[in-house]
This record gives sequence, C-alpha cells and structure tokens, in this order.
Amino acid sequence: MATTVHEPPKLESRPVNVGGSGNFRNMVPAGGLPRTKQQYAPPPASTGIWVALAAIGMTFAALTSALVVRKDGSNDWRHFTLPAILYLNTLILLASSVTLEVARKRVSSFMAAGRVGIANPARWLYLTLGLGFAFVAGQYLAWRQLSAQGLYLATNPSSSFFYVFTAAHALHLIGGLGGLVRVTAKLNTASLRRATLDATSRYWHFMDVLWVYLLLLLWMKL
Amino acid sequence: MHETAHAAHQAPTSFIRKHVFSLDHKVIGKQYYGLALVAVMVGMFLSWLMRIHLGWTNFAIPGLHLLSANGAPGNVMTPEYYLQLMTMHATIMVFFVLTTAPFAAFGNYFLPIQVGAEDMPFPRFNMMSFWVTLTAFIVLIASFFVSDGPTLGGWTQYAPLSAVGSVGGPGEGMGVVLWATSIAIFCMGQLLGSLNFITTTLDMRTKGMSMWRLPISSWGWFITSIMGLTAFAVLMPACILLILDHVAGTSFFVPSNLVINDQLQPHAGGSTLLWQHLFWFFGHPEVYIAIVPGMGIVSHVLVANMRRPMLSHRTLIYSFGALAVLSYMVYGHHMFVSGMNPVSSIVFSFPTLIITIPSTIVVLIWLGSLYGARLRINSASLFALGFISMFIAGGVSGFFLAQPSIDIMVHATYFVVGHFHMVMGVAAMFGIFAGTYFWFPKMYGRMMNETLGKVHFWFSFVGTYCIFMPFHYLGLAGNVRRYQAFVVDYMQPLIPLHRFITIAALVTGAAQLIFVFNLFYSRFKGAPAPANPWEATSLEWSTPSSPPPFDNFGGKLPVVYHDPYQYGVEGSTGDYVMQDSPEQIHSVRDEA
Repeated sequence: MATTVHEPPKLESRPVNVGGSGNFRNMVPAGGLPRTKQQYAPPPASTGIWVALAAIGMTFAALTSALVVRKDGSNDWRHFTLPAILYLNTLILLASSVTLEVARKRVSSFMAAGRVGIANPARWLYLTLGLGFAFVAGQYLAWRQLSAQGLYLATNPSSSFFYVFTAAHALHLIGGLGGLVRVTAKLNTASLRRATLDATSRYWHFMDVLWVYLLLLLWMKL
Repeated sequence: MHETAHAAHQAPTSFIRKHVFSLDHKVIGKQYYGLALVAVMVGMFLSWLMRIHLGWTNFAIPGLHLLSANGAPGNVMTPEYYLQLMTMHATIMVFFVLTTAPFAAFGNYFLPIQVGAEDMPFPRFNMMSFWVTLTAFIVLIASFFVSDGPTLGGWTQYAPLSAVGSVGGPGEGMGVVLWATSIAIFCMGQLLGSLNFITTTLDMRTKGMSMWRLPISSWGWFITSIMGLTAFAVLMPACILLILDHVAGTSFFVPSNLVINDQLQPHAGGSTLLWQHLFWFFGHPEVYIAIVPGMGIVSHVLVANMRRPMLSHRTLIYSFGALAVLSYMVYGHHMFVSGMNPVSSIVFSFPTLIITIPSTIVVLIWLGSLYGARLRINSASLFALGFISMFIAGGVSGFFLAQPSIDIMVHATYFVVGHFHMVMGVAAMFGIFAGTYFWFPKMYGRMMNETLGKVHFWFSFVGTYCIFMPFHYLGLAGNVRRYQAFVVDYMQPLIPLHRFITIAALVTGAAQLIFVFNLFYSRFKGAPAPANPWEATSLEWSTPSSPPPFDNFGGKLPVVYHDPYQYGVEGSTGDYVMQDSPEQIHSVRDEA
C-alpha cells in the first residue's frame, strides 16, 4: 500500500518543520517553526509530594472501605465512645498547621533578607515540631485509655479499626516529623530550598486534614 | 540549558557506590533486570515441577525431597506441596518478573534518558526502591525454608483459608505471614518507584520535549506508574490486615462459625468477600501494569523497524490511557462466581466489554501500521510481532470471560489459565525479550547474537503456543484449575494432552537457556555495537557512548526539535531524523 502525498510539500524559503503529532501524514503545523520554547517545569519536590499524597490517600480509602464493609457485613460491631483526648489532640494538630504556615511565610522573608535583621523563623518550626510530638504522645495516651477499658486490637472489629487507623496515621505523621526536622536542619545551615519547605508543609497539612477526616469517620462509625 | 541542579549527584568513585548501592538509574535498572532474571529462573523451575507432576502424578522427581522433606517424601510431590509450588510460581512471576522487568528494569534505565534527563529526581528513593524489592524477594523465598513450607492459597490468597492460620494446611501459618509481609514490602518498593517515574516524566523533560514528543515506551512507563501508585497503595493495607488476622487475633476476613478439622475457629464476623474486593481492586490494574510497559516497548521497537510512525500515535496513547482508567472499573469480573450480588456482575461485565475497545484499537493500530511496511526482521522485531500475536490469541478469550453467563462455566478452569498466561505472561515476556534485544547494544555497547536470537524466538513462539493454546481446550472440556491430579473420570482422558504440554514446557524452558547464554556471552564477547545500530530517533540513541556516561549525555543535555518518530524522511544520516537533531525536515519520502 503506497503512502502517497498527493500534493508535493511547499518548499518555501522559510524552513518547514514536519511536526504535528508524528502521525502518518506528517502534517505541517500552522506556525511552521520548531518548538524550542523553554517549558516551565515545577520543582520535582512539588510534584513528588502530590504523588505521595495520592498514594497515601488511596491507602486510607482502602481502609475506609474495609471498615464500611466489615461494619455492615456482620452484627458483631460494638460501638464505643472515643477517648476525649482525641479532640484535644486534634486541636494540637490544627495549631501545628497554623504555626507551620507562620514559619513558612517568615522563612521567605528571612531568606530574602539574607538572614539578617529578621528573627530566625526556626522557632516556629520548633513549635510545630513540639506540637507534632505532643499529638503523637496524645495518641499514645488515647491508646492507653482504650486499653484501660479493655479495648484492645482484637477485642472487637470497631476497636481493631480504631487502632489500625490511628496507628497508620501516626506512622505517617512521624514521617512528617522527620521531614520537619530535616527542613529545620537545612534552615539552620542556610541550605533550605523553597520547594523542600513547601513540599514538607503540604505533607504536614495533608496529615492534618486526613486526621480530621479520620476523626469524623471514627466518630460516626465506631 | 534545563535546570537540573536538584537532580544532580556526584559521579560515584567507590565500587560499592558504583555497583551496589548506586544512585544511578541505569545501574538500578540493571539490578532490577538481574532480580527479574533470577526470579524468572526460579518461577520457571517451579512450573517444570508442577508440569511434571500434572503429567505423571506419582513420579519421583529426583532431589525434590531436598527442597522439602514433608512436601515430597520419597521425592513424590504431595498434593499440598503442588499447591505450594503453584502459589510461589504465580507470586514470583507476577510480582518479581512481570512487574519488575518491563516496568522497573527497562523503565528505570531508559525513561530518564528518553525524556532527556541526567537522572531521576529522587535518586535515593530510587535506590531504596530496588533494595526494598530485593528484600521482598528474599522474604518470599524464605518461606520455602520455614517448617511447613510456603503458603498454598494461590497468589490470590483468598480468605478464609489465607486468614485462619496453620490449621488451614501446610504453609498457612508462617507461610502466609511471610507471603503477606513480602508483598507489603514489595508494594512499598513499587510506590517509591512510581513516585520517581511520574515525577521524571512530568518535571525532568529536557528543553523542547513536550509530552506529545515522548516516545511511546515513555508513555507506557508513565501510565503504568500512575496505575501502580493507586493499585499498590490498596494492596498494602490489605496485606497488613491479613497479617493482623494471623498474628493479632483480629477478624477482618474470617467469618463466624467456621469449622476446620472439627475445630471451631476463634475468629468471628469477618468478611471473606472483603479480601477479594481489596485484592482485585489491586489485581486487575496489576495485570495492566504487567502489560502496558510491554505495549510501549513493542510499539517503540516496531516503529524503529518499520521505518515509519504508527498509524496514529495519539490514538495509541489515548488508548493506553483508556486501558488504565477502565482497569479500575472491571475488577469484579474476577468475582462473578464469588457469591456477590448478581447485579454487580452486570455492573462489572459492562466495563469489561468496554475495555476490549481500547485493547482492540491498540491492536488494530499495530496491525494497520505493519500492513505495507517493510518491517526489518531482527530478534527484537520478531519478539515484538510475537507479542502482538500472543496478545491477540490470549486476549480474545477475554471477550468470552467478560460475560458472566459464559464465565460461570469456565471460571476456575484451564480456560482462564490459558487466557492469562498468553495475554499477560507470555506476551509480557516477549515484550521483555524485544526490549532486551533492542536495547542491549545501548546498555553494553555490544550486539547480541542474531542467529541465537532468532532460534530463541522460534522455539519460544512455537513452544508457548504448544503449551498454552491447548489450555483453552482443556478448560472447555471441564479441566478444573489448581488441581494437582486428575482422578475424576471426565478429566482422565485429558492426561495425555497434559503430558504433551509438559514436554513442550520442558523443551521451551530449555530453549530459554539459549537466551541466557546469548545475554552473558554477548555482554563480554559480542560484536561491538555502533552508536545507533537500529538507526532510531529517540534520545537514548543520542548519548555520547554505549553504555551512556554517568550523567547520560556527558554534561550537555539535548534539545529536542522533533516528534519522536521522524522516519521515512530525508535526514542527513539516512531515512530518519533524530529528535535532538537541529536539521530541518524538508520533505516526506513516499513509501512504496
């Protein structure tokens, strides 16, 4: 089968680039000039963190559907009251997001001013870290309170999911704490890139939002 | 020049940094390839043991008792050990060969080069992903050596058998825990890999490289990594819940009032269907993760050998995307007879039939592009053709399996086994072979032996048809799958066919040694390869050396001027123009 171009290509004085979609007919694009414009690419850390958050979101979506199916599929689900400390922990985590945002904004002006004349925003990062650790400690206390009531991992499916969800969230949060430690260290050695700070902050805020979602889920279902 | 400071890392100096804990995506790709090579040898060996037992049930396989004294007393395989070997065969092949080689191995090596980058943006995560995957493999293999052997529940590990513990049979205690741990670790490795692939494709493309200028193989890896990100993120919590059922006494998957061996099981209230939903939500995208990179590689190889682009480059890529999106909606077709609401069967059957459309479009584009092209015949293009053949032959049975009314008859028979082995197993293997023969000159600077390659192809092509085509007949004749022997009257007449298949499998397996020999011989003694032996246009053929230098392009990143497949044009070096060549293309040459 011949692939014939019935009309000969117009050979003009200006160069003709055979571009388009690279398809069979090799049609000439309207502009006729090669595409060499510099493309904007976001920093990889920014894309990377969205990718990671998508995966983490899918993990918790899978656990959510497991909870729904398990609860509705049998009659052995026993409701229990969530330990009150969880609500305090939530406030602590929300506060840590606020302090992180303050830190982020101040870092920009700090770095722009060449690290002189403005107070080192690292204190806000330390505050965020402290609140984060306080959250994890509070979660551990919640676990202790539950076990004091005789509710362990295998006691009832409702308690199983409580421990699984809170443990999974806490583990990811501890990862976020590691990221914050890294950001603080880099700030103190003046090697912090904006993309790193933004990505770490995005992760932390996601953990916040995720916790609020989990609290609602556990409050409604458990 | 494109800003890549955030991805740059120093050239390694020590042996450990160069060859062991390497940050270089090329080394990591080769490490994945090596892992897949070892895994496929183990998986193939297990299949030989299975096939021998199926043909000659009471045959004493010499030395088998050394592998397991309980599983093969007097070298005769017990029924349980058959199931254990079958489970490990499938798990190793699906995870450590079909997901690892076309995606992690070739993708890691060539995606950064094809987009024109120095390396992936997160080299330490990349290195971690390989070592995590290797750890998963070691944990899985370790289950061979625990007291009662590996798990016997199939790679699908259906509950409640997988969740009740050692009362369920040999390997159902520690074997399942090791299996689930291994797979959870594997998921972690793949998530780290997908992170790098997606970010590389979106953010690391060199100047002039728009998304539509990416080669089809890059699109294949990109789309696969998106699927991998979402699918493996679901399997991981499922495996963790399974482990908790084993070690923590929870009842996610074990129902109430279950009596095994006259013992009432202590668990209660769990949902066995929940495991199936979680598993197959991952499981169906997984089979597309196994095949889409192969589709990308084969398309890329074929275009270079046809000397013209595909009929429609964009439609091909849109179809890959459609396959990826639809793959999440069809998973219930694995569960038509599971006892779920029959209305769900219709809900899943419909998208399953719809997904045949992009699959067919892809096949028709391949066939339409090949028609009239004077395809250059070499080992790579032969395996690419073989891929298409296998994909069609194996895929057609999918049209039937998509319909619940037919599936009820052939579910859990050899019809299904034939379907997935051809469309996924063999086709993906042929894709791996095509990629190997095509890219070996770039990876090692030497050509593989063409004669041996062609012998390898013909043995593999004819052999795999001889093995897997009869499976469809066996299934329709009622041959149940996952049986270790056929003692029922209506299956006994099928045993001679099983014996034929076994012999074909052993011969085809032996022929793979030709490939392994070719691989290692050519690595050291192969003919030196020219810089661009296939006269191909994509960026991997623009690297200053073969193998490429540490930073891929010798410090000078390419600038892309053209679409990826400028073949059949008047180029300065032949009938092609490379992507990064600034020469203008003035005319289109007629193809006779």
